[in-house]
Amino acid sequence: MKIAVASGKGGTGKTTVATSLALSLVPAQSVRFMDCDVEAPNAHLFLHPVLTRQIPATIRLPKIDPVRCSLCGKCVEVCQFHALAKVGKTIMVFPQLCHGCGSCTWNCPEGAIEEIPHPIGVMELGDTPAGIDFTHGKLTLSEPMATPIIRQLKKLDRNDQFDITIFDAPPGASCSVVETLRGVDFALLVTEPTPFGLHDLKQMLGIVEELKIPCGVVINREGIGNDQVLEFLADHHIPVLMRIPFQKEIAQGTAAGLSLIDIHPGYQEKFQELERNIRAIVAQEIREV
Amino acid sequence: MILMISSQGQDLTSPIEARFGRCPWLIKYNTDTKGSEALANPGLRQSGGAGVAAAQFVIDQGADVVISGDFGPNAANALGASNIAMIKFPADVSQINDVIELFHQGKLNL
Repeated sequence: MKIAVASGKGGTGKTTVATSLALSLVPAQSVRFMDCDVEAPNAHLFLHPVLTRQIPATIRLPKIDPVRCSLCGKCVEVCQFHALAKVGKTIMVFPQLCHGCGSCTWNCPEGAIEEIPHPIGVMELGDTPAGIDFTHGKLTLSEPMATPIIRQLKKLDRNDQFDITIFDAPPGASCSVVETLRGVDFALLVTEPTPFGLHDLKQMLGIVEELKIPCGVVINREGIGNDQVLEFLADHHIPVLMRIPFQKEIAQGTAAGLSLIDIHPGYQEKFQELERNIRAIVAQEIREV
Repeated sequence: MILMISSQGQDLTSPIEARFGRCPWLIKYNTDTKGSEALANPGLRQSGGAGVAAAQFVIDQGADVVISGDFGPNAANALGASNIAMIKFPADVSQINDVIELFHQGKLNL
């Protein structure tokens, strides 16, 4: 089973929930953890992996041979990202806009485009002391495009079978979140009971609906804000799978790099129950389809 | 000479639009015939690369001069490589007409 932990709003507790879930399930299950927040990965601070392998992440940028190029403009026309422009007697490339999709190369009738790999970051792999298979991606500072690394991270997971793979999503509701969610069996949405939490939760619900991914919600910092999140979830029949109170011990513990199960050992059983509930929802979803 | 001016609306009395890549309309004005037309900016509805899309459009329209509030680095590179002059709105203009008038008075610094 593959699940993604996402939130919309930043700082709601995605990584706290994702890492605590992972730690609660080993060693009874084989667990893979992938930190897809490649602009600011931080799950390693809680899981302490020993990173033993590095794989460069690259994007393939078009290079146009001016001799073969007939200036037909087909590449400019097919580029959805406007990374190419036909300017006078040349085709200009804007590397910062290129997603490396390869459409220009495919569609060039003259075979005038060569793709040059351009490093944008690195993927680091290893194991944690608890026995979690760990991978994260790190986007190089000043590189604007996170999605290619996330795509390459998920490609590493394609052929391996773990009992559970947990993807820790970036904050927000943009392309990198969609890329993280794509293809997972379940989206665990972490929110806080505030108007800001609700606003961004609605954006996430829009995405998972579009991607047809079943979801459930974890309410973190319960006790702050108001009841709007709970009312909204009840109205829309979205299950609340866990509630974590707003508590000084938890804040102090997570600030010191502890997981929830280190802070309150009772959370191990709660996270195991959460996982069983997720499996039940996913199984029901499969039966209904 | 062909001027293209970023505009909030389709008329010569429309307010100017400070953004180039995301302006709703580009007013194309021929300084010889004094004819004008409003063209929808294809950059407006792009999720990314709006500046390049708008610049490509202006280049394809055969503009000599483009006038807007400012130009991003990608748009400026493309327009510059095409030898299209980029002019920023003078402080005292509010409508497209004002810009055209300044041009005919020779007060727009080309």
